[in-house]
Amino acid sequence: MNPDAQVHESVLPVVMLLTSLVPGLVIFFLREDQVRLRTTLNMAGAVAKVALVAVLVPLVVAGQVQRAAFPWLPGVELVLTADTFSLFFAALSSLLWLVTTVYAIGYLEGAPHRSRFFGFFSLCVTATVGIALAGNLLTFLFFYEMLTLVTYPLVAHRGTRAALDGARTYLAYTLGGGVLVLLGVVWLTVLVGPVEFTAGGAAAVAELAAERPGTATAIGLVLLAGLGVKAAIFPLHRWLPVAMVAPAPVSALLHAVAVVKAGVYGIVRVVHDVFGLRVFADLGLLHVLAVAAGVTIVYGSLRALTQDDLKKRLAYSTVSQLSYVTLGAALLSPVATAGALTHIFHQGIMKITLFFCAGLFAEVLGLSKVSQLAGVARRMPLTAIAFTVAAFGMIGLPPLAGFVSKWPLALGGLDAGEPWVLAVLLTSTLLNAAYFLPVIHTLWVRPPEEGARWVTEPHRVRSIEAPASLLVPALITAALTLACGVFAGWDYSPWQIARIIAEGSYP
Amino acid sequence: MSALLLPALVLGPLAAGAVAAVVPRERGRVRAAVGLTTAALTALACAVVVGGVATAPGHEVRVALAGWEPPLGIVLRADAASAALLVLTTLVGVAVSVTVAVRDDAGGGPAFWPLWLGLWAALHGVYVTQDLFNAYVLLELVTVGAVSLVALGKGRSAGPALRYLFVAVVGSLLFLLAIALVYAEAGTLDMSAAAGRVAPGPLLTAALALTLVGMGAKMALFPLHSWLPVAHPAAPAAVSAVLSALVVKAALVVLWRFWVALAPAAGGAAHVLAVASGVAGSAAVLWGGLMALRQRRLKRIVAYSTVTQVGYLALVLPLMAPGGEAARAAWSGGLLLVVAHGLAKAAMFLAAGVLTAAYGSDHLEDLRGAMRHRPWVVAALGVAGVSLAGLPPTLGFAAKWQLLAAGVESGQWWWVAALLAGGLLTVGYTAVVLRAVSAPADAGEQAPEPPPAAVPTVQAAVPLALAVAAVVLSVLAGGLAGLVADTAPRGLA
Amino acid sequence: MTRLELLLALGCAVLVVGLVAHLLARDLVRRVVALNVASAGVMIVLLVLATRGTEPDPVAQALVLTGIVIMAAITGLALALVRRVEAPEDEEAP
Repeated sequence: MNPDAQVHESVLPVVMLLTSLVPGLVIFFLREDQVRLRTTLNMAGAVAKVALVAVLVPLVVAGQVQRAAFPWLPGVELVLTADTFSLFFAALSSLLWLVTTVYAIGYLEGAPHRSRFFGFFSLCVTATVGIALAGNLLTFLFFYEMLTLVTYPLVAHRGTRAALDGARTYLAYTLGGGVLVLLGVVWLTVLVGPVEFTAGGAAAVAELAAERPGTATAIGLVLLAGLGVKAAIFPLHRWLPVAMVAPAPVSALLHAVAVVKAGVYGIVRVVHDVFGLRVFADLGLLHVLAVAAGVTIVYGSLRALTQDDLKKRLAYSTVSQLSYVTLGAALLSPVATAGALTHIFHQGIMKITLFFCAGLFAEVLGLSKVSQLAGVARRMPLTAIAFTVAAFGMIGLPPLAGFVSKWPLALGGLDAGEPWVLAVLLTSTLLNAAYFLPVIHTLWVRPPEEGARWVTEPHRVRSIEAPASLLVPALITAALTLACGVFAGWDYSPWQIARIIAEGSYP
Repeated sequence: MSALLLPALVLGPLAAGAVAAVVPRERGRVRAAVGLTTAALTALACAVVVGGVATAPGHEVRVALAGWEPPLGIVLRADAASAALLVLTTLVGVAVSVTVAVRDDAGGGPAFWPLWLGLWAALHGVYVTQDLFNAYVLLELVTVGAVSLVALGKGRSAGPALRYLFVAVVGSLLFLLAIALVYAEAGTLDMSAAAGRVAPGPLLTAALALTLVGMGAKMALFPLHSWLPVAHPAAPAAVSAVLSALVVKAALVVLWRFWVALAPAAGGAAHVLAVASGVAGSAAVLWGGLMALRQRRLKRIVAYSTVTQVGYLALVLPLMAPGGEAARAAWSGGLLLVVAHGLAKAAMFLAAGVLTAAYGSDHLEDLRGAMRHRPWVVAALGVAGVSLAGLPPTLGFAAKWQLLAAGVESGQWWWVAALLAGGLLTVGYTAVVLRAVSAPADAGEQAPEPPPAAVPTVQAAVPLALAVAAVVLSVLAGGLAGLVADTAPRGLA
Repeated sequence: MTRLELLLALGCAVLVVGLVAHLLARDLVRRVVALNVASAGVMIVLLVLATRGTEPDPVAQALVLTGIVIMAAITGLALALVRRVEAPEDEEAP
């Protein structure tokens, strides 16, 4: 993103892909009972990826961009670039992949078809990191479509009729969006060549917008509509609540790490690094995007209020929270941009915590409805604490992560001269409180239901309330939620990195 | 070296076919051995020729048979387009040969080998011939081989075979009339020589139209497609693969070569015909896709998918028309699509063959549980479907990208819409198949999953190998596309 | 209309008649015969073209010969298939 950055040709971006691609492909060929080998491969890949990110972050922040390019078709290249923004997203996905892998290994213990599951699981992260590292729109599209394809078997994993129906809806929506993205990318590439992502927008695209504003607007709209499906912008969000039939680790992946994030990441890349914010504003598209995001924020929160199914409530909450990112990306203000980028990271860790906890309630006690959770905190206090921390974060209470990203968004709204943003954020925060506080209240305060199975049945005596492989990831991400808020001033905190990235968008 | 091998590409398999025919029917193993040896040698020869084309100046290897130059002699010429088709034919040919060698049931019995080797020779001939009448003769040879192979199918396959024969011969007669018209105009049968000697006029227009209709019938272009969904599923599994992946392409290549050589001279009439081809192609994409969605038998679904893909290939004519960048993109995209479709379709039909052998039926209802018992075969179906739909990371994506670029470049939005819609339909029917074979685990009212019969491991692995080839080749698509684009034809005037 | 054009038109007419008969006929043997008529039309066109110059054109005549041989082969294959189609069910199995 940094225009003064030195570009190094390097294989590191490719290695980052291989750390999950190779284990994924090997895992497909393992027998079901080769648990140890499969676990080792999974963990080795996940740890290696996190380590690579840790190595690259200081280099990239210091201005050394790592780039790898491959000729593909005549005149178009596949480009992988590790710049600040791509590493930011890659760091999020590889970190959360690590904890989700631990969680998934515990969650699926003894379940059938684990080789298939973990194979696609690894491919899913490969595609996500590919999206993060994509250096141009073609490469982005390549991995974006691949992500759709490899998550489909994960959503359908249980093989029940409901799972297959949900997966079909998911596929129909995301591939429909994919077709639009494909059209937009081909269109733009034919007109201006294969433009690489450039902080502040590509010069060739700016020229196009100046010469043929109608065409540029059409391309921008097609791209936004396509990306809006995965970013779950109203009215393209319907697949997201339906895809809740997936196993909990997959929901975590969909909601926090991979699919929806690919959508908003794509929107930010297109708006900031292809068109450039000012060009996008001049075309009148920025306002369209901001309004769509504002509507989605309120709509998602309202729908979440009425859901009794915990995962559904969380799903609508995702719809709403994602549009915070879109909204921030659509405001002409550096503070808002930084807030939006930070929210990509913070929403990820908070939402994954919530899904981990939902999975814990479902796995350990068999509870999936909000109304069934009365008094559960007595039986599972640690899980309840993790849930509470993340939910408070979502509402935006200081000193948690959610506050660090929401506050700049509100300031940015004022800064950009769009005071209505403040109203949207306030409404949404109230609604957030309205749908999360009752859950917390139910968990901690209400007495257990008479005759609930988990009360009458004496549970096996264990040292802790749930299997460690499920509980520990939730606690880790809950702790991160706290840490990202408290240590937001640290040099390498998501907030600080996001500020560096955001500066690039305002040359 | 590679020039010397060009005649061998045609004569070698032909001679081997004759040898296989002499071997008594009871000695099926010997026939298979002859077939496999030929396949290996052919693959080697093809590799040399393709290498020769890639390195030759102008990407062209040429040989005048027995030293006789036109107009008296016959010239064989392998260019970038031939190279793409040779690559495809080699991969599919080896896969089919291996499949039938491990289980001769898949090919319909010992009569398979002579017919298939003869067909293989004729296909190679079609790819490298420069002579119009030669093309006609070789196409008839392809037809005879293909029809006879269809007739090897179990059950009542003679009817579909006869129907196929009728359509193919009518197509050939129309093409022969077109050749006569060109010969009357140009006084030569050599395609590139004729290109310079024809003038715009009703004769040339008629020749182009006759070729479009004639080859359209042979390759099942909508609305002349109705024989294909009957004939292809009736054939033995390995034969269906050959028919959809290769035989359809023979007519296509002849159409493209004829068009590229002669259409630019025809002026406005060629534009009208190109649009007609585009309309037929778009209709094929939509109709084939919708029909595929409605089928309940796997082989019928795959056959209708071929109707769709032929529609894509027909779109190449209007996409090439504007010339320049669009023609380069459309031409290379078209050839990439030929390869991508061939690999995917062969993988699908061979996979269907494995499932049919294992479950005794290709009705989707009977294939429940195949996902559990035959995961690699289902994976082959899935990956092949992804490539057909033109999604990454497959060769089909590269092809579709080029075609879309051609359409956008020249502002031909209708064809772009057809390309995009076709992709969605393809995903649709692939998903129907995958859903059917995965069988809902909670469907209590259904009978328990039928246990599959044993199938040789090699046969079950071949479809996946082809599907993986479609993924691996996507990485190499640039080389192939570059080679092809360098020799792209000019557009219509 | 010159004699040449008349003959060309005749060839085309025979082709069309043959094709129409082929498409309309239901009996399979009739359809095969109609196909042969159609091919005769194309052969007439080629033969007429061979007479255009002052000397007969050997190339066109060679084409006709080859065409006739091919058509004969195809007719053979078609008739064999017709027999199998029209054979009673039990005879069909090879």
